[in-house]
Amino acid sequence: MGHADQIVPLNWYLVLSTLLFCIGVMGVLFRRNAIIMLMCIEIMLNAVNLLLVSFSAYSGNSDGQVFVFFIMVVAAAEVAVGLALMMSIYRNIGSTDIDVLNKLKW
Amino acid sequence: MSQLIFYILSAMTIASALVVVFSKHPMYSVLSLVVCFFTIAGHYILLNAQFLAITHIIVYAGAIMVLFLFVVMLLNLNRESEPHKPGKMKFAATISAGMLFLILIAAMKSTTMETFSFPPPSTNGMIQHVGQRLFTDYLLPFEISSILFLSAMIGAVVLAKKEKY
Repeated sequence: MGHADQIVPLNWYLVLSTLLFCIGVMGVLFRRNAIIMLMCIEIMLNAVNLLLVSFSAYSGNSDGQVFVFFIMVVAAAEVAVGLALMMSIYRNIGSTDIDVLNKLKW
Repeated sequence: MSQLIFYILSAMTIASALVVVFSKHPMYSVLSLVVCFFTIAGHYILLNAQFLAITHIIVYAGAIMVLFLFVVMLLNLNRESEPHKPGKMKFAATISAGMLFLILIAAMKSTTMETFSFPPPSTNGMIQHVGQRLFTDYLLPFEISSILFLSAMIGAVVLAKKEKY
């Protein structure tokens, strides 16, 4: 490895995915629009995917990449069902504001 | 060189993710999430995972974000209809997310990762290698995921269908 000093350290990827995950958490806590919250959940999933791919690439084992493939499959299914739920909620209460949905609140 | 690309891609990723959270208009959130996903695909190429990068672009930018865009347009969400939390809640959300970041970084600093210092040159991310793993060791989960897709499709159709009564 002649260009070893040029390679990105693994810790940088850890910090980047942690930051991305925390931005997703902040978005879920920050917004009231349920569609934006669903998008922030996608950001969190992608942070985890990035972490899995970087560990897989740095340890020379492709298991992590297969896992990321399955996470993408589950995320696609989750978004399809989630957005169908959003449509159903919008049709019933006329908005996607989650603070209106407080029937189950104690 | 790769460090410079990493810096640029990371800055774009984090900036577009922040725009998703703070944008007043839902359409801008969706569009900046597309930018975020493209930069993450760039990270995958930087990590030598070409198959995943292409799959990521096709699945996320091609399918999921189009679905989001359709729903935002269909529900006619705009700046006026956008609900907002009170300022105190926003402040609390920012503080708690920052503290989560601090705790995770603090936990990470105490670990040592010498074994992962330099990536060996490998063809692990190529489609040939990943496909072989997928169709030998992971064949059963692969087939089960097709059932998951079928049930998700039926569920989405049933949930989004207009009720007759």
